[in-house]
Amino acid sequence: MTTISIRKYASENGALAGLLVLALVIAIMQPAFLNAQNLLNVGVQAAVIAIMAFGMTFVVVAGGIDLSVGSIAALAAMVGALTAGPVGLVVGALCGLINGALVSYGKLPPFIATLAMLSVARGLTLVFSEGQPHETDSLVTFLGSNLAPMLPLPLLLMLAFFGITGLILTRTNLGRRMYAIGGNEEAAKLSGIDVRRQKLWIYALSGLFAAAAGLVLAGRLGSAGPQAAVGYELDAIAAVVIGGASLSGGVGRATGTLVGALVLAVLRNGLNLLQVPPFWQQVVIGVVIALAALLDSLRRR
Amino acid sequence: MKTLITARGITKHFGGTLALDGVDLDINAGEVHVLLGENGAGKSTLVKVLAGIHGPDAGTVEGTASLAVIHQELALVPELSVAENLFLNRLPRRFGFVDRAEMRRRAPELLDRVGLDIDPNAKVKDLGIAQQQMIEIARALDKDAGVLILDEPTAVLTDTETDRLLEIMGQLRENGVGLVFITHHLDEIQRIADRITVLRDGRSVGVLGPKATTQHMIELMVGRSIEEQYPRARQRRGKPLLKISNLTRRGVFRDINIEVRAGEVVGIAGLVGAGRTEVARAAFGVDDYDYGTVEVDGKPLRRNDVQAAIKAGLGLVPEDRKGQGLVLTATVGRNLELATLSNRDQKRLHDIAGKLRIKGRVDQPVKELSGGNQQKVVIGKWLLADPKVLILDEPTRGVDVGAKVEIYELINRMTAQGRAVLLVSSDLPEVIGMSDRVVVMAHGRVAGELPKGATQDQVMALAVQEISA
Repeated sequence: MTTISIRKYASENGALAGLLVLALVIAIMQPAFLNAQNLLNVGVQAAVIAIMAFGMTFVVVAGGIDLSVGSIAALAAMVGALTAGPVGLVVGALCGLINGALVSYGKLPPFIATLAMLSVARGLTLVFSEGQPHETDSLVTFLGSNLAPMLPLPLLLMLAFFGITGLILTRTNLGRRMYAIGGNEEAAKLSGIDVRRQKLWIYALSGLFAAAAGLVLAGRLGSAGPQAAVGYELDAIAAVVIGGASLSGGVGRATGTLVGALVLAVLRNGLNLLQVPPFWQQVVIGVVIALAALLDSLRRR
Repeated sequence: MKTLITARGITKHFGGTLALDGVDLDINAGEVHVLLGENGAGKSTLVKVLAGIHGPDAGTVEGTASLAVIHQELALVPELSVAENLFLNRLPRRFGFVDRAEMRRRAPELLDRVGLDIDPNAKVKDLGIAQQQMIEIARALDKDAGVLILDEPTAVLTDTETDRLLEIMGQLRENGVGLVFITHHLDEIQRIADRITVLRDGRSVGVLGPKATTQHMIELMVGRSIEEQYPRARQRRGKPLLKISNLTRRGVFRDINIEVRAGEVVGIAGLVGAGRTEVARAAFGVDDYDYGTVEVDGKPLRRNDVQAAIKAGLGLVPEDRKGQGLVLTATVGRNLELATLSNRDQKRLHDIAGKLRIKGRVDQPVKELSGGNQQKVVIGKWLLADPKVLILDEPTRGVDVGAKVEIYELINRMTAQGRAVLLVSSDLPEVIGMSDRVVVMAHGRVAGELPKGATQDQVMALAVQEISA
């Protein structure tokens, strides 16, 4: 590769360059970071947020936002624990469908519609669980387990969802329409795209992905808790944005989101290894998110 | 005569492309200096260099006067009042709070200078586009700008509004302001220009005096002579492809009957607000209507159903290219395939881009293209969908002469293939020159129909007539 193409590659993949630099710095300060088991841990830790963030990517590319994914994940996991895992997935998709209906047919701003769902889904989780954690069944527990030593299923699931997301975004009509709707909703409408119906599916997908993330989380912990995944929606949005998507819509990629989720996981893991106190960790993560967004905005000028 | 700004040898690259190549420009006090050129010739870049937004790679800009640019996209805050917009950024203050009394006192003087008689307390969003533009000019004048650059201000104005603007420009010239005026309307240039600098491919190819002929301007601008401005080639008329019958939306348009046959171009002329765009949008299924029918090739369309309209063979190139026609963040290719998403054939995309002579790569963001090329992308989107009838709403607004003729030739080719075109246009010579019949609308009604060869006076007489409701 010539220097020019390296530079071009780096500038088009700013988040990836950031991730590599971050990993390098942590590895120098604490070589244990590069331990295979630790790297696998990072992958497992990234999985839940990444799967959620993939669903969020659809919504953000289409010019919306979904604040309810954390609550939907908790509700899906709880319903899954009380009944069966697949039921949780259906409930998650249904919640997303309701979000979509509120946004497209109810003409609510996505922020408001999904804020309402954030509260409703969390409330229902508390109602169904009666405030208690519930053990997950063997199917859900399996999702959080290792297929073989050094082969954690959450990591594989993350990669599978990554592949599905990339496929949907680049190879399906629904994906192409997400970019059109997020880029210019009016032009999409006048080009014959049924914007309202597409939004229904887009939010349903986000709900479905959130539910899957919730089941993976519950599987890892062996139980579904009423307060599980609180605040995860913000991590998911951060991952999407670090990955280079634009909150004004029309821009975003699956690889970016994957890298974004990995940045967050590497950072958390590294800060733990470096024994940074947890209160300070939050400060550092906030600064990194701001820096990532700042770099991206500088790059675009 | 005092020279306010002197630019010498301005050269500017963007990546690999040379946007400006050694351009010289003088702006004198008390003159209207027109910048003329096709889209992409470098006019906007030159303005940005003059305004200090871009630094030139070579060359110098020297000037004594302060400079204000009125861009096509207006920089006003819609929710604030006229007075607040006038003094935005330097609101008069008293005891640390906005001094409303002072603002209200000073606003009328400023508005007076541009001949606006409006309430300074009115919200800007409630004003028409022409009035908004005047407010911007008034604001620039308050900053005591010695040089005022107007970037295609008349593109969004009606004829009367344009007259008013030219009048005000004349007054400013009397007061010693140096004006740089960018426009594609050659008649406006002939009415007001003192000097005309013609740009082509980033170079200044000539400076003309006020008596320059249209022919001369066009030749310099496109670098070749254009045989005919409206090269309409008539075709044999076939069966009716679009039939709008008794279409009515209460309070907007009433009893509209328009028929367009295969091989035919039917124009819709009328004043702004006559209901032309509304009829086009309703026929295409974007907006609802109360009663009436729309048939494409004999089949009635379901109301309010764009998908059904497209399936039946209808296409619409909307009037607002950037707001309604394009996904600006996406590439040329993505925009071309927008109406035919299931058809992702790269070869056809390249074919159509080549056929339309779109200057730009298929994988280039469409926002980097000039206005004329962007419009060709919107039209190309529909050509890929292979419509029987294409409705073009103001297809050449903000498009340069060369690209205009190419769009006209496209219209000819479509009708030669047995398709039909409904051409909505406020450009009278265009709608008369390119249509086989002209339907004139006034106050939401069809005021009359004129055959090929009608005069502008005949069209206007119908357009301004009062129709009893």
